[in-house]
Amino acid sequence: MTTSTAPDFRTRLQDWLPKLVLAPSFAVTILFVYGFIGFTVLLSFTGSKMLPNFKWVGWENYEKLWALPAWNTAIVNIAIFASLYIVICTAVGLMLAIFLDQKIRGEGVLRPIYLYPMALSFIVTGTAWKWFLDPGIGLQQVMHQWGWESFSFTWIKDSDMAIYTIVIAAVWQTSGFVMAMFLAGLRGIDNEILKAAQIDGASNWQLYRRIVIPLLRPAFLSAFVILSHLAIKSYDLVVALTGGGPGRATEMPATFMYSYTFTRNQMGIGASSAVIMLMTIAAIMVPYLYAELKEKK
Amino acid sequence: MSAVTQDTAVRTGRVTRVFIYLLLLLFALFYLLPLYVMGVNSVKPLQEITGGNMMALPQVWTLDPWRSAWSTAQIGVEPTGLKPYFLNSILMVVPAVAISTIVGALNGYVLTKWRFRGDTWVFGLMLFSCFIPFQIVLIPMAVVLGKLGLAGSVPGLILVHVVYGIGFTTLYFRNYYAAFPTELVRAAQIDGAGFFQIFWRILLPVSGPIAVVSVIWQFTNIWNDFLFGASFGGTSQPMTVALNNLVQSSTGVKEYNVHFAGAILAALPTLLVYIVAGRYFVRGLMAGSVKG
Repeated sequence: MTTSTAPDFRTRLQDWLPKLVLAPSFAVTILFVYGFIGFTVLLSFTGSKMLPNFKWVGWENYEKLWALPAWNTAIVNIAIFASLYIVICTAVGLMLAIFLDQKIRGEGVLRPIYLYPMALSFIVTGTAWKWFLDPGIGLQQVMHQWGWESFSFTWIKDSDMAIYTIVIAAVWQTSGFVMAMFLAGLRGIDNEILKAAQIDGASNWQLYRRIVIPLLRPAFLSAFVILSHLAIKSYDLVVALTGGGPGRATEMPATFMYSYTFTRNQMGIGASSAVIMLMTIAAIMVPYLYAELKEKK
Repeated sequence: MSAVTQDTAVRTGRVTRVFIYLLLLLFALFYLLPLYVMGVNSVKPLQEITGGNMMALPQVWTLDPWRSAWSTAQIGVEPTGLKPYFLNSILMVVPAVAISTIVGALNGYVLTKWRFRGDTWVFGLMLFSCFIPFQIVLIPMAVVLGKLGLAGSVPGLILVHVVYGIGFTTLYFRNYYAAFPTELVRAAQIDGAGFFQIFWRILLPVSGPIAVVSVIWQFTNIWNDFLFGASFGGTSQPMTVALNNLVQSSTGVKEYNVHFAGAILAALPTLLVYIVAGRYFVRGLMAGSVKG
């Protein structure tokens, strides 16, 4: 009796083992990701202040949120920041990748120089650029010392221009990584296609515009997805570089959410701003992930 | 063969090449500039920065800013320097990276070699979790950490980083194992090897390249994290939060040289990892994502 049930039990265990191994991760994801999302969505419809409470207030938080000048500043800023950041990073990354792909001597030295900022924390990047752009000690002062007395670069202290300093620092940090993605794409292109086009008399410009860049479509898509995801999450860089200032000029949705939830005790409004951030990212990510997973099946 | 296909077929003229080299060098300067500024000014006395030129080499070389940043600078209210926070970061990073990488390897193994109905959905749900803005989980996480008694502690931060890291590690290992021949796994199964035996004897020995990717990715992300550290760090704040407190402190004279030394200290571990293993990271990443 026992001899016949023992192997049975073991085979059944073997059948269940893979699912048992995966189960904790799945459970944790369901609880800590989707459960938490549900909780935050729920909170966004309550009158929570300093602590969560469950007094239902309907859409009131969302109405208040969109009426707040600080939130509107944050939305305008993220639109400016994200579009410039994505476009400039992609342009710089693509250009560097194409140029590096021209049998450049010293490519092995240049590549790590372009890439290393990716290894740094946004806090470190922010600190470095904060002082470098500071008119009192940084670039402006250096130019004055070198004899260019009229040189003026005070963007970081200027509420209309400070948002662009965040773009500069963010581009500095990630454009090298985008370069690496494009370079990998370029190295994957079959040279025979290019040679054939050259025999047909295509110029370099035509070659890149008509053949190479269209072939890099997957790299463009990955770059767009990664950059937009980084842009919307941008919290640390703003905190370290401008602290959201001057005044509240560089407020972003991420900093807005944090300050309304944890320092201004408006948890309901904070939660509703987080929900809007999630919806924006989901609108970009879900179609992308869906297409990726479907393709691989 | 591979050397030939790696070269581009495009031919460029002399003028174009000079232009290309100039531009590439210009960008190299752009990327190196902040590092240079941080390095040079971290070994200068303060008056040379406030009264002098940020780009100039120090007239008097000093390591005092480094000593101060490490052990005596005022962080928040305590004059402890960054040392205890550096330790917090290490205590947080090592277990979090180890756990999330091991879990990711097992998940990737199950999702590719022991497929079941709905496994793509399970993976999809885990994958999406990599891309959520963490603001959406901050409030409930604060509540749960409080309930578990882990708020403001290193174990709490480890939990947070493992939970939001396994999506990425699972993705890496899944893509990598997908390219591994399933026939070998089936053959071992027929020979009577069990679930863990197959993983241990067959898959793990070939997992080197992707393990490097997973470890570097997790290490950089967790070391560099600020949001979770600032939200849940409490008395166990990591290095990034301490550095920010040091730089943003509004009391007293701004000691730029100390700030720069601190920034380099905070960047050192990830830079080191990048210098030592960066090549393997890019290579492993491409192997995983291209063949995926």
